Amino acid sequence: MKKVFSRPKSLKTTPFHYCPGCGHSILHRLIGEVIDEMNIQDRTIGIPPAGCAVLAYFYFDIDMGEASHGRAAALATGMKRALPDRIIFTYQGDGDIAAIGTAETIHAAARGENFTTFFINNGVYGMTGGQMAPTTIIGQVTTTSPGGRMVSRDGNPINLSEMLAVAKGSAYIERTSLSSPANILKTKKAIAKAFRVQMEGRGFSLVEVLSPCPTNWKMEPVEACRWIDEVMSKHFLLGVLKDVTGDRKDAH
Amino acid sequence: MRGNHIVGESAIRAGCRFYFGYPITPQNEIPEYMAERLSKVEGGVFVQAESEVASIHMVIGASMAGARVMTSSSGPGISLKQEGISFLSALELPAVIVNMSRGGPGLGNIAPSQSDYFQATRGGGHGDYRNIVLAPNSGQELADLTYNAFNLADKYRTPVIILGDGMLGQMMEPVELPPEIPIKKLPPKDWTLTGAKGRPSRFIRSLILDPFEEEEHNWKLMRKYERITKDEVRYEAYLTEDARLILIAFGIAARIAKGAIKRIREEGLKVGLLRPITLWPFPNKIIKEFTKKVRHFIVFEMNMGQMVEDVKLSLEGMGEVHFYGRPGGVIPTPLEVARVITSYYYQKRLG
Repeated sequence: MKKVFSRPKSLKTTPFHYCPGCGHSILHRLIGEVIDEMNIQDRTIGIPPAGCAVLAYFYFDIDMGEASHGRAAALATGMKRALPDRIIFTYQGDGDIAAIGTAETIHAAARGENFTTFFINNGVYGMTGGQMAPTTIIGQVTTTSPGGRMVSRDGNPINLSEMLAVAKGSAYIERTSLSSPANILKTKKAIAKAFRVQMEGRGFSLVEVLSPCPTNWKMEPVEACRWIDEVMSKHFLLGVLKDVTGDRKDAH
Repeated sequence: MRGNHIVGESAIRAGCRFYFGYPITPQNEIPEYMAERLSKVEGGVFVQAESEVASIHMVIGASMAGARVMTSSSGPGISLKQEGISFLSALELPAVIVNMSRGGPGLGNIAPSQSDYFQATRGGGHGDYRNIVLAPNSGQELADLTYNAFNLADKYRTPVIILGDGMLGQMMEPVELPPEIPIKKLPPKDWTLTGAKGRPSRFIRSLILDPFEEEEHNWKLMRKYERITKDEVRYEAYLTEDARLILIAFGIAARIAKGAIKRIREEGLKVGLLRPITLWPFPNKIIKEFTKKVRHFIVFEMNMGQMVEDVKLSLEGMGEVHFYGRPGGVIPTPLEVARVITSYYYQKRLG
């Protein structure tokens, strides 16, 4: 029988530990597929974060070096400077990249460090139990924004990708989502483009991925995807925020 | 040559091609020297980071890639680097971290001080770990110890701290620099992250969720620390053979103390100096050995009394320990120290 679908060889056979309906498994798979298709498994190094995806090195069959919370962009800077011909990516959640690691991220982008960041945005601190994140939207209930996030008490969320798009050294910034098969395919294309941008030495590339967290959102997986489309992506608009490659404005 | 420049040049001669730092007085000449020098060396990388926190994590990234890498700072900046130093220890990554320490706590001042002894020797960050801590007392030792620091870091896959101070960093002395190692001659590393070409993929991590595995990791680190303790203790003993009183001091304080002892010896007082060169591992055996012949010890530090605790632990209750400390960035003269020693010497009827 002809094999039409299989596990990407850049992923190990270890089953994911992620909750049902979580976006991490999808994003892992997409990155694995792109690494396979670009044939870069033996020269790609990943930097997993603190957070739900900290165990990514059990899933990706590539070299991986763990960063502490928020420091992936600094670690990637040191690593890429030492290994300029390898493809280096960081994989970070919203708390990691947009709260504790804001300085490292903005400066890496501003310097134009030539690595790629996958920024998985689910609006909560998932691993620690669903606390308010820098990307929790106004009105969203979390364990540390009871009754919903209020500007007067909790302040406004941060649109990090838009800020990074302003930075001189960023080359490609796109926001996608995992809410539907169509959006998942767009995400895969964005991943491939981000790697291409890095291979061409153009500077900092980042794909922000709006991702469901049914467990901490206290929703069914289908409801969570609908919430991304109907609510979350109204605050975090999908699309290409920056592209210096001169390709068609929308990569898709 | 200026102390801070000596550190930079010796690092490059030891094969360091990566430097990540952030300005802070009194060590600014190190990043300045590295910026200039690394721009002219093949494969040299200098990044002035956005913070001390970022710079130590850049060090981690380069170290994972197998590079010889250094960062430097002073007290307040070293506090910020503690997160990364804890990670370097847990991840078993080699790196050299220079602290040209200054008066503290808080912003303190920019004058020389030894108040970061506890921070350096106890680990400094979170978790159960130790740093190798080297305490130079001259330009020549800055050269030799910086050079050796890279070898020790690679040999044990652990961070090495060079604990200097503002005076050592700023002072100019003639120095014989170590020979330059060609990068290709450096010992190969079989654990680095370089992309899994022709080998299985690797990962380097410090999160070990299983308590028994984490316990085993801690035991592994401990066994390494025991090997270091057994093999890497360094010290200088000066005029201790006939001494009736032994002064114990490290770094620049020991340099001052030596001047004091030379002066006192001219007056016939039998005083010797023991100078720990490695602050961790601490030369506790040699200090204990002294108690066979000597009962009285003075510990002199440019702080409120930190190494004195290690001296007391080493003596295990044998011998009397007197402490003389000058915190805040004050540099006492050999004459002042000589007066303290002399007065104690006669008070204890040692001569």
